[in-house]
Amino acid sequence: MIRLESVCKDYGVRHGRRRVLDHVNFQLGRGRNVGILGRNGAGKSTLIRLLSGAETPSSGRIHRGMSVSWPLAFTGAFQAHLTGIDNLKFVCRVYGVDWKPLIPFVEEFTELGLYLREPVLHYSVGMSMRLAFALSMAIEFDCFLIDEGMAVGDARFGGKCHVELFQKRKDRAFILVSHDPHIVKTYCERAAVLHGGQLHDFDSVDEAYAFYEAVQPPVPTVQFD
Amino acid sequence: MAQTTFVRSLQIQRQVWHALLMREVITRFGRENLGVLWMIGEPMIFTLGVMALWSAAGMSHGSSLPIVAFAITGYSSVLVWRNTVNRCNSGIQQNLSLLYHRNVRVLDVFVTRILLEVSGATASFVLLTIAFLALEWITVPVDLLTVVSAWLLLCWFGGALAILIGAASAYSELVDRLWHPAAYLLFPLSGAAFMVDWLPPAGRDVVLLLPMVHGTEMVREGFFGGVVTTYHDPAYLVVCNLVLTLLGLFVLRDAARRRGGK
Repeated sequence: MIRLESVCKDYGVRHGRRRVLDHVNFQLGRGRNVGILGRNGAGKSTLIRLLSGAETPSSGRIHRGMSVSWPLAFTGAFQAHLTGIDNLKFVCRVYGVDWKPLIPFVEEFTELGLYLREPVLHYSVGMSMRLAFALSMAIEFDCFLIDEGMAVGDARFGGKCHVELFQKRKDRAFILVSHDPHIVKTYCERAAVLHGGQLHDFDSVDEAYAFYEAVQPPVPTVQFD
Repeated sequence: MAQTTFVRSLQIQRQVWHALLMREVITRFGRENLGVLWMIGEPMIFTLGVMALWSAAGMSHGSSLPIVAFAITGYSSVLVWRNTVNRCNSGIQQNLSLLYHRNVRVLDVFVTRILLEVSGATASFVLLTIAFLALEWITVPVDLLTVVSAWLLLCWFGGALAILIGAASAYSELVDRLWHPAAYLLFPLSGAAFMVDWLPPAGRDVVLLLPMVHGTEMVREGFFGGVVTTYHDPAYLVVCNLVLTLLGLFVLRDAARRRGGK
């Protein structure tokens, strides 16, 4: 069980402090999943950082009764001068996992070939994503954090991610954060909407979707002549 | 979930430090040519260079001190507090993304960087001492225990200073900018290139306010014994180290929190 109790998060900005999350309450049971909808700047990434433990809340409590992944396919923690394999070793060491048996999976999944032994700084964005996703799958977690990473990459990669995450690991919990209601609808059993620093929880994705549409300012229509 | 046991926590701590150490070593030294041996080679080259320069310039100022031993003890003592701080500066900003791994904290990054610098400087000091002993350019240290305790105190000083200044550099770039001239100016004042005994009494009092001077003097006391008159107060160094450590940890925690981290 993951439980957020009255969690607030403030950031110091040039003119005082800005409250990004305002008394957020939320819980997620083992093996369950939720989609979190929010527009750009609504605080989705902040929520992910708090859930992963990269940051601590300004006030309130986060209770983690299960192991929580770092944001899936997150490339930011790569050391660019290290090779793909060295980055794999680092992640494995941090989590106390033997890296050697994982090499075949990473080779197969990333299709990076010799590039796996090249510094990550020589990778394209797509290659980094593939490596990052493979590393996320290398460590087993009870709950995965997904920050729209799935949207990047080509169809083949998307398909492989789908198999690894939603088929092979369908017993796990996950929290998927997106501004795209269709992704949430495809993968999640329930949804919540981040709006104005508050997290509005709904029992069904459809209710969340309706709310999300209602609070969203109208999308400007584009005229093609 | 059950509370993590102490033994498990130690295990995780060990994993994280090991992972960070390996990452740091490969990132900094790579696998080309000497690889990780550069960790020791770099400070050795520095020390040898300084030794050569000082020998040529007659830096022992007409005293009977053997210049080689004087340079090794002096410059090695500088390395432990200068390199540790250099490595920890801006360490928080550079490594924020690592905090996505839940068990990695800013302090872990600092601790591993300090360990690496201190080990490199220590190995360089020991290897050079052994090498020149073999060449009979220097004589066996008179009191090894004093040398070791002085060295450990200097390493502690270097680590504590690195945590404090590295953490403070997260508040403002000014800290990093000012550190470089400060380190440059502290080098001649640190007791590396002179003995406190050579100074007029008024100068001694001023220079002995600097904690590292006590460490350097103490290293030389152990190395040369009664041949030299040294001025050092280990208690003063210990108190300074304690204060720096507490202050450093406090500032580090606050700096990490300000950055939103842990």
